[in-house]
Amino acid sequence: MTRENNWIRITKAENFPLREGRPVSLGGVEIAIFNLGDRFAAIENKCPHQGGPLCDGIVAGTAVVCPLHGWRFDLDTGAATRASLPVCVTIFPTRVEDGIVQVNVNGGSRIEMEDAA
Amino acid sequence: MQRLVLVGNGMAGVACIEQVLKLAPSFDITIFGDETHTNYNRILLSSVLAGEKSLDEITLHPLDWYVDKGITLRLGVRIVDVDADAKTVTGDDGSVVEFDKLLLATGSSPVIPPIAHASKTGVFTFRNMGDARALLERAGPGVNAVVIGGGLLGLEAARGLQVQGCAVTVIHLVDTLMERQLDPTGGTYLTRKMERLGMRVLLSRRTTAVLGNGHVQGVELADGEQIDADLVVIAAGIRPNADLGRKAGLIVNRGIVVNDYMETSHPDIFAVGECAEHRNVCYGLVAPLLEQGKVLAATITGNRGPVYEGTVEASKLKIMGVDVFSAGDINEAAENESVRHEDPSLGIYKKIILAGGKLKGIVLVGDASESHRYMDWLRTGADLTAKRKHLLFPDPVEDVGFDVAAMPDSETVCGCLGVSKGAIIEAIHAQGMNTMAQLKQVTRASTGCGSCTNLCEQLLRAVAPRFEEETKSTLCACVPFSYEQLRDIVLSQKLKSVQEVLNIYGNRKGCEVCKPALSYMLDMVWCGEHEEDRSARFINDRVHANIQRDGSFSVVPRIRGGVTSPGELRRIADVAEKYSVRMVKITGSQRIDLLGVKKADLPKIWADLGMPSGQAYTKGVRMVKTCVGTDFCRFGVQDSTSAGIELERRLENLYTPHKTKMGAVGCPRNCAEATVKDIGLIGQEGSWQVVVGGAAGKKVRKADLLITVESTAQALEAAELFFQYYRENANYLERTYDFVERTGIEKVRKDTVYAPEPDRKKLLDRLERSKAIAKDAWLERETPFHPTQFTQIEPMEKVLV
Repeated sequence: MTRENNWIRITKAENFPLREGRPVSLGGVEIAIFNLGDRFAAIENKCPHQGGPLCDGIVAGTAVVCPLHGWRFDLDTGAATRASLPVCVTIFPTRVEDGIVQVNVNGGSRIEMEDAA
Repeated sequence: MQRLVLVGNGMAGVACIEQVLKLAPSFDITIFGDETHTNYNRILLSSVLAGEKSLDEITLHPLDWYVDKGITLRLGVRIVDVDADAKTVTGDDGSVVEFDKLLLATGSSPVIPPIAHASKTGVFTFRNMGDARALLERAGPGVNAVVIGGGLLGLEAARGLQVQGCAVTVIHLVDTLMERQLDPTGGTYLTRKMERLGMRVLLSRRTTAVLGNGHVQGVELADGEQIDADLVVIAAGIRPNADLGRKAGLIVNRGIVVNDYMETSHPDIFAVGECAEHRNVCYGLVAPLLEQGKVLAATITGNRGPVYEGTVEASKLKIMGVDVFSAGDINEAAENESVRHEDPSLGIYKKIILAGGKLKGIVLVGDASESHRYMDWLRTGADLTAKRKHLLFPDPVEDVGFDVAAMPDSETVCGCLGVSKGAIIEAIHAQGMNTMAQLKQVTRASTGCGSCTNLCEQLLRAVAPRFEEETKSTLCACVPFSYEQLRDIVLSQKLKSVQEVLNIYGNRKGCEVCKPALSYMLDMVWCGEHEEDRSARFINDRVHANIQRDGSFSVVPRIRGGVTSPGELRRIADVAEKYSVRMVKITGSQRIDLLGVKKADLPKIWADLGMPSGQAYTKGVRMVKTCVGTDFCRFGVQDSTSAGIELERRLENLYTPHKTKMGAVGCPRNCAEATVKDIGLIGQEGSWQVVVGGAAGKKVRKADLLITVESTAQALEAAELFFQYYRENANYLERTYDFVERTGIEKVRKDTVYAPEPDRKKLLDRLERSKAIAKDAWLERETPFHPTQFTQIEPMEKVLV
């Protein structure tokens, strides 16, 4: 995968209510973007369990809880917390410029899971 | 056997006796108390007044304890004389008791400032259990209360009275509340907080007279202003009860003078607590009294050696949601420097005073979470030179567990009882403790003001091999209070948003368990007038549809009583085709479910349907299932269809702790299965049975009979009474069948249909208030709660892959 920066301007920051997520499709990649108050977080919008839309989950601090079966993911690392399984979702860097939320769609990263497995 | 007589059955005296018993269990002990209660936690009287604790809960030593220890207890007897030469004390009942050693722990009395007619009925002090009882009896909604004195005790009393429903005015002589503990800026922050709680605060005002004919009707101030009052509390400070010391010929200044061994000027008479004066200081807080007690116990039992060298006093205001902490010397003398932080909109003010690189004093208003750290610096005299950049803001800690781990073993956890972290850990290991109850019993930690309870619990959790949660069930680890406690907190602290509750009483984060529960609670407590926070709601309640396993949604319009029309059915069919609905399903609740709908289509579908939400996605009023009643059925004896539709119309759009399914049937054949519904109306010849707590789901339960009534109007009212009672008293996610079993149908009846008329009216009034605000959630298609509530965000630029 290319690691070149590819910052995509998404939408105005106010389109993301505080502590909620919204879905966006970027070139076929489904991403959930969350407003955490002091920053934005972007993760793959698909729970590795049964594909639940993580954008619709309740935000608990810096984690999001999948609305289907309660799997919980850390928004900073993408790792499933509180789960016995070593799974994760891809996270994407975000930034805000001129009030527009941007996502680096090529900057997706996943934590290494081999150790845990 | 040596005879030891204790005068004063309060915290200081009895704590000292406990120490004495540890060192020398051979004394013949007699205790005199002029109150009629055994030793209780006087600090918590304000918590009793604020409804957070009952009078029983604050007992420290029950009667059994005295019996066990072989102590002769004389309650309700006031010692009026001491003969130091004859070594006797005389009670107001005429009894004379001899002693070998006498311990005076007579405490202090309220100071009554020169106010004319201060002895009128309705004027109280706030010092003992009798005062608390009297205030609780008289306080209530519609009662105007005036509190004279804006110190620690006055403010706690004021808040307690307000929680009981009184309209409260605080009159303070000087220009700063709690001026002994706060600087003027801190006082201003505190004033603002008290005012925000709805209290009137008058500063720099002197009360000159109590008004009224026999019973108090108001107070008059020096400037002539008169303030209405049905109840006046004087909390203008305390004075040591040193009279017996004088009568015994001891050296007495303000209090009975004691040295570092806690000895008075007479070799066999000792004094401890608020009545004692040590190095020119009379202490009025609990921590020093207990330290004194330990030293005195050593002296009195012939183990003279330990010395008491004074205490750094720390005060904490015990008002939920109003953090005030002060300790040490808070005066800004020339050689001191002060470091401060202010955030007016958050209401946070912190100031610490340093001299020579060491901490001298602390003032915290609005956030006292760091008080332990500062107290440790204050007690140990730590050199803070290297910490100068991080004095007021420590590195943020991720979770509470880390916080405990980071505390040094020497740091004091319980300031009242002087128990360090190390001592607690040692006790946990040595005694194999696993519960808070054991920890309290062995170390006494957290048995004073109780503010370190959480810290103790964290330690226990971290160290105890088989930690057991207290039996009280907390809502969630994020906000560790029971559902009932939280409901009281929300109400008394006037909290209107989920985040506010989490910020003050929780971990600031919350989770998928507590957030929806708190959302429901706020809605219910404030009858819909809370600050709605959709981020705290489950997705179903953000978009008013039921999320399905593929992330799509289902739509169930309201079809009241299961009665529809050709026009409605046509519209439903058209919608199903237009939006390619994947399945059209008749539900078990006589409704139609459209499955497989995209989130973005929801508002359009609702508009095309032109029907209200059926609330099939939420913990709320689902449906009233009906039979055809008298209209068509040849067996029907009651018009169950109309009754069911009317019931649904009355309760629709309201939310409940869990889903509420109802049924109405026109005869005992029960075709719409009303006996297994949360609320059921069962028609019979000339009457209705109203049944509650039925279930036909995971659990099957036949509903209990609530009441049998003659008219449909009465049946509907009974259903409404139960409905609101369930809304207010069930735990979140508790179905009626669990709620009714837990509560007991007898109590449910007594609190609803058989409640006195005013109570029934109150229940119905609150239901009415909620209904007045409740509206069809699907109207958000026209006025969305948030502009992007239903939308997939479209990126502003194309992605080149």
